[in-house]
Amino acid sequence: MHAIEVSGLRKAYGNLEAVRGVDFTIEEGEVFGLLGPNGAGKTTTVEILEGYRKRDAGEVRVLGSDPDRPEPDFRERIGVVLQQSQLWPNLTVRETHRIFAGYYRAPRDVDEVIALVGLGEKADSRVKTLSGGQKRRLDLGIALVGDPDLVFLDEPTTGFDPQARRAAWEMIRSLRSLGKTVLLTTHYLDEAEQLSDRVAVMREGQIVRVGTPAELTTTDLQTEIRYRQNGEDVLVRTDEPTRVLAELTSAAVARGEELEGLQVRRPTLEEVYLALTAEEEVEA
Amino acid sequence: MSAEAIRLAVRRPARRLFAHQLRSEQLVFWRSREAAFFIFLFPLLLFVLLGSVYSGKIYGVPAPEALLAGLVGYGCANTAFAGLAIQLVIRRENGILKRLRSTPLPPATYVVSLLISTLIVFVLQTVALFVIGRAFYGTPFPSDVGSFVAALVIGAAVFAALGTATASVIRSAEGSSAVVNFILLPMAFLTGSFGPTHRYPAFLRAIGDVLPLKYFIKLVNSVYLHGHGFWTQPGALAVLGAWGVAGLVFTAFKFRWEPREG
Repeated sequence: MHAIEVSGLRKAYGNLEAVRGVDFTIEEGEVFGLLGPNGAGKTTTVEILEGYRKRDAGEVRVLGSDPDRPEPDFRERIGVVLQQSQLWPNLTVRETHRIFAGYYRAPRDVDEVIALVGLGEKADSRVKTLSGGQKRRLDLGIALVGDPDLVFLDEPTTGFDPQARRAAWEMIRSLRSLGKTVLLTTHYLDEAEQLSDRVAVMREGQIVRVGTPAELTTTDLQTEIRYRQNGEDVLVRTDEPTRVLAELTSAAVARGEELEGLQVRRPTLEEVYLALTAEEEVEA
Repeated sequence: MSAEAIRLAVRRPARRLFAHQLRSEQLVFWRSREAAFFIFLFPLLLFVLLGSVYSGKIYGVPAPEALLAGLVGYGCANTAFAGLAIQLVIRRENGILKRLRSTPLPPATYVVSLLISTLIVFVLQTVALFVIGRAFYGTPFPSDVGSFVAALVIGAAVFAALGTATASVIRSAEGSSAVVNFILLPMAFLTGSFGPTHRYPAFLRAIGDVLPLKYFIKLVNSVYLHGHGFWTQPGALAVLGAWGVAGLVFTAFKFRWEPREG
């Protein structure tokens, strides 16, 4: 069963084509990362799936519903963390969770959710006294309090310090262990790589690559082989690292030489991503 | 499931949701000290202040009674127009309205709860005005309570419609309080909320003559000061109705649930 199916999705704002024919599928229980620079169409795509915006063309199924004409329990089954939202500053963390819990037929236990997002000690504190990271955790808590099957996280760690990011990552991993499907948008590559089962890279309203982080890093860029010869650095980029390496090493062995500083390196997701988004500038 | 069973299953959560949302709205309102002070308490303070300044008669009735009627009018505009507009803008720009739209809470339940919550605040404020009037200035309670309550509900509905319309045109949460008070305070002065206007220059009175608060105060005066039924002022009701409909139509076309794109 697919949690999300998208095909031929298009959306324009006036003359600006924000989403230009997007297709992807997300399986139940999968953490799917949507990656891309600002303005690539990530948020527009996600907001169409959440039911906030109408699409111009294409087919969309989210938990079996068309988000434009959702089944009655569609909103019982999704949890949304928006890029930027502020709640009521004078209510406590627990009161805020209780308000949202009251909207759902079968909410989770409020104190359990507060503990899950790591706000147990802040349960009776006013929202205005929370730090930025704690407020984001509150956002996540109220997205989880309805016990959704599918969670949308739009740039959940933007503006976090490294420690808060690690904590947020742990929480997102715990969502996976609860069996939730997660659609994560981010422009942090390490975040996508750490958390996602699969990643889609968006650029100018289209998806340019989809795959596991490992697939993206093996198929997209050539492997780099580095060594020193006669005091000079040599760099070889190749699609056939096994053959090139065998030739290099056997030649060196035949000459009785050592290939100094020999390194074989696969590109990181960051390099793949930069290569994919650099094409954009060449075309432009 | 039979049609009846489905109807019951749908209806019961709807009532529970409404009660839950109304409680939530009241909690949010009273927990915010600024809102509770400026919206609820401020008209009461003005009444105490003005009541100790004016003496003798206004419009042929004891001054405190006329002031009380004027401040019920100011309280109505302050609560249903200014308070509602500011709250809506802040909630929209903070993304709360957008956030709520992703939950199972139906928009109609949200809007009705907010309006009823606003009406509760206004009614409590009016009761407090009468209790203060009785205690300090010996003003009577309304003789025709039914007509008086009807007038309050009509006024609250008209100003709520104007409040949502105004919220639709305000762009930022920071500016909302300034814009709303820039409309509210001159309107209150020009329409006699804070005392009689017959010594004002003619052009100021002419401006006051087209503003809805003037006709709400006229209605309250007629019901409270003169003991007439609320229906005995068809002209005032017509002007109020026109403003209310204009506010509703404007809201229907211009209201947004989402914050301005950052």
